[in-house]
Amino acid sequence: MNIHEYQGKEVLRQYGVTVPRGKVAFTVNEAIEAAKELGSAVTVVKAQIHAGGRGKAGGVKIAKNLDDVRKYAEELLGKVLVTHQTGPEGKEVKRLLIEEGCDIKKEYYVGVVVDRTTGRVVMMASEEGGTEIEEVAARSPEKIIKETVDPVAGLLPFQARRLAYAINIPNELINKAAGFMLKLYKAFEDKDCSIAEINPLVVTGDGNVIALDAKLNFDSNALFRHKDIVELRDLDEEDEKEIQASKFDLSYIALDGNIGCMVNGAGLAMATMDIIKYYGGEPANFLDVGGGATKEKVTEAFKIILSDANVKGIFVNIFGGIMKCDVIAEGVVAAARELGLDKPLVVRLEGTNVKLGKEILNGSGLNIVAADSMADGAQKIVSLVK
Amino acid sequence: MSILIDKNTKVITQGITGATGLFHAKGALDYGTQMVGGTTPGKGGQKVDIALENGSTVSLPIFNTVKEAVAATGATASVIYVAPPFAADAIMEAVEAELDLVICITEGIPVMDMIKVKRYMEGKKTRLIGPNCPGVITPDEIKIGIMPGYIHKKGHVGVVSRSGTLTYEAVHQLTTNGIGQSSAVGIGGDPVKGSEFIDILKLFNEDPDTYAVIMIGEIGGTAEEEAAEWIKANMTKPVVGFIGGATAPPGKRMGHAGAIISGGKGTAAEKIAKLQECGIKVAPTPSEMGSTLISVLEERGLLEKCKS
Repeated sequence: MNIHEYQGKEVLRQYGVTVPRGKVAFTVNEAIEAAKELGSAVTVVKAQIHAGGRGKAGGVKIAKNLDDVRKYAEELLGKVLVTHQTGPEGKEVKRLLIEEGCDIKKEYYVGVVVDRTTGRVVMMASEEGGTEIEEVAARSPEKIIKETVDPVAGLLPFQARRLAYAINIPNELINKAAGFMLKLYKAFEDKDCSIAEINPLVVTGDGNVIALDAKLNFDSNALFRHKDIVELRDLDEEDEKEIQASKFDLSYIALDGNIGCMVNGAGLAMATMDIIKYYGGEPANFLDVGGGATKEKVTEAFKIILSDANVKGIFVNIFGGIMKCDVIAEGVVAAARELGLDKPLVVRLEGTNVKLGKEILNGSGLNIVAADSMADGAQKIVSLVK
Repeated sequence: MSILIDKNTKVITQGITGATGLFHAKGALDYGTQMVGGTTPGKGGQKVDIALENGSTVSLPIFNTVKEAVAATGATASVIYVAPPFAADAIMEAVEAELDLVICITEGIPVMDMIKVKRYMEGKKTRLIGPNCPGVITPDEIKIGIMPGYIHKKGHVGVVSRSGTLTYEAVHQLTTNGIGQSSAVGIGGDPVKGSEFIDILKLFNEDPDTYAVIMIGEIGGTAEEEAAEWIKANMTKPVVGFIGGATAPPGKRMGHAGAIISGGKGTAAEKIAKLQECGIKVAPTPSEMGSTLISVLEERGLLEKCKS
């Protein structure tokens, strides 16, 4: 789960990580009030969307006075920001972070992630702050320093110091920087983050070590123990269909194509998208109905698929193991009837009770095209939507 | 022969009185698995009666702790159907009881919990499969997990996969073509897990009854690349591969916690290129996993041996 920068900074502040003073604003007036309250010489107006690359896209403005704040707030609120992470359709700015400006001496990078290979948390740091860490990794991997954390001991002070020295933090600020890193790790561990990225971490003219930006992602599997984090969810930032799907425990991701997919199992669902593309079609979504799909779930899945206006046909690909094919078939028939489905529907069923399932589909009187295999089904739906 | 489990393996179910645990304990018993008991804290001393498809009823003892269950039943393996918040604890309890094998089916365990589990397991004898996996099956002998048993056929091809339903797909394609399996292992779709591809490939490599292997990977991480390197250097048997997620957009989590392309790493294209570079034939579509393996078996003169 993603949260906004201002929320991330609030979480970090609870752990003693130094962040600039700031306040969220939903309106121009709130922005001006926040700036007045801050009373800083320079105020930063930052668009809050769940995507990186805001600076380059014009989503971060430096205001020298309240008139500037008004001007920038008016400009940014309601603006659709297109960054390399939003896709071409961009994202509408609905919230601003109004923050005190600071005297940046140098920018660094600090990030915390889970390293799959070792099964450990790793803290990474680099002297090249501000730029994307992937770029640094591609260009000069030796400039990214890593420390692997033993989960029993946590990040140790000597490791944090080692990172701080390695990225050439000024000598007199080593302890401040190391302290910053230790607190950042604590926040990461406590809150079950999947990513905690501070880019840039800055050293200021008055000798402070500050998180100028903060990107926190949370492990969705751990949200059951973080009610406070769940409250930070911003539904405006999520796809409506994905929200709807999550209510029914369906795993759905919207894509750009025109062939709706309903599959059981994440791996098979991905592979179904692949095979559609292989035969020249474009999948409209990833949808895993899971292992325990009921008639209701199947109907909901159909509704969600069909709420995407681009969908011209549906491919149902089920390998029934625990899930019985006759149950799926009944669900498909009920959903198609209830929704008055008028688009091509190809169904491939395999597994437990497959004969019964096929009989139900054939006897339904609906225009359902049966497929013998994944490849057969993919070819059929691709030709039907053309 | 087979890997990990065979007809002599005695198994307990952790979380046996839950709906899922009970359902799959029955499935295992129906398949012929020696399911010898289970644990549910607080229900120790009771029995759970399971009515099988063949009309008989099995009465399994329930224990409060894994240690007691092991002492009483002589089980060497356990399967876990405990809910996500408690699953990590269940794994560590089984490790502490010195079981040889723990298979964790539970989906949705926090990554931080699995990091602790992995650390806890260091230096211990137990091997963990999963979490978030379908389990392990040695056809006609034993089934531990949620896979449909009847699609399998005893034979000589090993299957190892990060995805449950894709494993079934591959097994089904093999069986319908008359090719049986030695064992099929789902290692699970989570980023931090007990066994990686290489761990299972090693076992297949050492198993005299496995003649070839299908490895099914997906986007995210670099486990497939590492496995490909290992295969090139060590594997004496042919391996064919498939990688799911060629069309998945970066930054989107495709159902599995581990199936996500992040920072431009872990794409299907990269993985496929690496596999091919290491001499592993990759099925172009998921429909061709079986036929790709068959073509390799033919090339190597192994087809007849694998059909017997």
